[in-house]
Amino acid sequence: MTSRDRGDEPPGARRAGMLWAALAAPGAVWLLVLFVVPFYAVLAIAGGQISPILESIVPEWNPLRWRSSNAVGAWRDVVGSTAFVGPVLVRTVLYVAAASAISLVIAYPVAYFVTRFGGRRKGMFLAMLIAPFWISYMMRMLAWIDLLQTDGYVNRVLMSLHLVNQPVDWLGGQSSTVVLGLVYGYIPYLILVLYSGIDRIDPRLLEAGRDLGLSKWRTFVRVTVPLSRQSIVTGMLITVLPMFGDYFTNQMLSGAAGTSMIGNVIDGQLTTSSLEGQGAVMSLALLAVLLAPMLAYAVSTARASLESA
Amino acid sequence: MQFRPGAVTPGSGTGLESSASRRRLAALRSPWRHAWILEGVTWVYLAWSILPIGLAVLFSFNRGKSQSTWQGFSLRWYTSDPLNSVLHDPQLHAAVVQTLRLSLLTTVITVPLGVGFAIGIDRWRGRAASAFNFLMIFSFVIPELIFGVALFFVFTALLTSVHLGTAAEVLGLVTWNLSWPAIIVRARLVSIGHQYEEAAADLGASRLEAVRRVLLPMLMPAVFASAVLVFAGVVDDFVIVDLLSSTANTQPMSVIIYSNTHGGNGGPALNALATLMLVASFAVAALGYAGYRWMTRGERSGRQHALASITGM
Repeated sequence: MTSRDRGDEPPGARRAGMLWAALAAPGAVWLLVLFVVPFYAVLAIAGGQISPILESIVPEWNPLRWRSSNAVGAWRDVVGSTAFVGPVLVRTVLYVAAASAISLVIAYPVAYFVTRFGGRRKGMFLAMLIAPFWISYMMRMLAWIDLLQTDGYVNRVLMSLHLVNQPVDWLGGQSSTVVLGLVYGYIPYLILVLYSGIDRIDPRLLEAGRDLGLSKWRTFVRVTVPLSRQSIVTGMLITVLPMFGDYFTNQMLSGAAGTSMIGNVIDGQLTTSSLEGQGAVMSLALLAVLLAPMLAYAVSTARASLESA
Repeated sequence: MQFRPGAVTPGSGTGLESSASRRRLAALRSPWRHAWILEGVTWVYLAWSILPIGLAVLFSFNRGKSQSTWQGFSLRWYTSDPLNSVLHDPQLHAAVVQTLRLSLLTTVITVPLGVGFAIGIDRWRGRAASAFNFLMIFSFVIPELIFGVALFFVFTALLTSVHLGTAAEVLGLVTWNLSWPAIIVRARLVSIGHQYEEAAADLGASRLEAVRRVLLPMLMPAVFASAVLVFAGVVDDFVIVDLLSSTANTQPMSVIIYSNTHGGNGGPALNALATLMLVASFAVAALGYAGYRWMTRGERSGRQHALASITGM
């Protein structure tokens, strides 16, 4: 479409181009200064050295003089004999995998029910699905802290049902609590993405499936699921990516070292000035690992916005 | 907070099927078999998702300290307790003020910046425009911690004249939220198309006039929706303000709740603080919903569309 547009451009187009550039410029400059430059600062810190006098990192702005000492230090933390990050990495992956799998198993039926069977109650269901979006994450975690106390409602219900004999110490460093906390925290966003994905499926396609003799179940498996695959992928991405950077859910619901994730390691290194360099390396490494899914998401979104334009 | 489903499908939000096709769909289901299992799952999920919040709100009005035994209604943790109520505890009090300050400042800066960016990027085609668009979407999906760490280093090692505190927080929050107006306004621009501007140009308006007098009024619902989202997003934000705040005076509500509940020690005053946060967000949402409905009153879009728009769906 661009080439055809170029040919039809009226004489004032050049000036118009200036207007558009001028409108975009403040935001664009803002992004350059406060989104691109910060990552250069991370590189400079990661390549910097600890000053023996100040005992803190001196950033190195010249890429030719970047040192590897922080990277080596970080690598030793991951694999060396005193490695403490290795198990944390494994735990992070396991927690995120478990939390996102549980989320999908809950979210898909809910989103599917509301779109297909919501009927007149669809607006009401939608409002209730959206409600958590408007409730602060911290409050939602706080609510569970109340419930999971030793004398809290969860233990009382479990004990009155004789499922447990003594109150369970839910907040004392349980992996299950942290995983459920992650599910609780991030699932609303997954549901909303799945909802809008399933809602956009043309009902005539389902009809065609039924007309061609597929059972209800087969129609679901052969038509609905493939057509909502894109929203499943997007929904998983927008919940999994922030989970990898999460350091507050487990801090609030457990606080024990035995449930810490990679985010806690990075956050902790920022508070010790001699470890800032390693924190920078870790954060760059995390970015590198997550870069592929992030790029995939950005490319498909940018393409979708071009197509609809 | 840091996850934002809005970017999923630019131009969506009206993904609601027509009534004719809905009827066809209803006929498709066997009328004697309602999806009881699915409905059960949905209600259990909704109860699980909403009841804990209801209890937390309830216990913020508890007369005693306990968060699991009801001891009678009181406003002790809001106003009357001379030491630990939100009104009298200087830390909690300051947190409320700081949250409001950050939300207002960030919204006022972000919305014009993002709206201009959206119009410019959408109409000014070319490599630079798509590169910036890509950058903006990238800023939308990056985990907040990674971005927060980068900002932390910028303000502690490069732009050191900006100290950690309110200024750093606002700069960070504006960058983090810039994609909201950019994406939402752009989606609306796409659905408006070029014809109105062209008509204005045919009638003798200059480009700038066409933008100001034709395009901007048509964009108002999207601008409004993005302002609501940015405001609520800042109220809810945690990671950026946690990393970029310095003293207790610059810590907003979310950071105070977090730092006081490490390892599971809540307090009833925190429930009260969280309830205030909830009320603030819901007030903004209600205002946003009503405002959006009013602004789009001439258009054929329903309640669900308004609800979806102010949520960034």
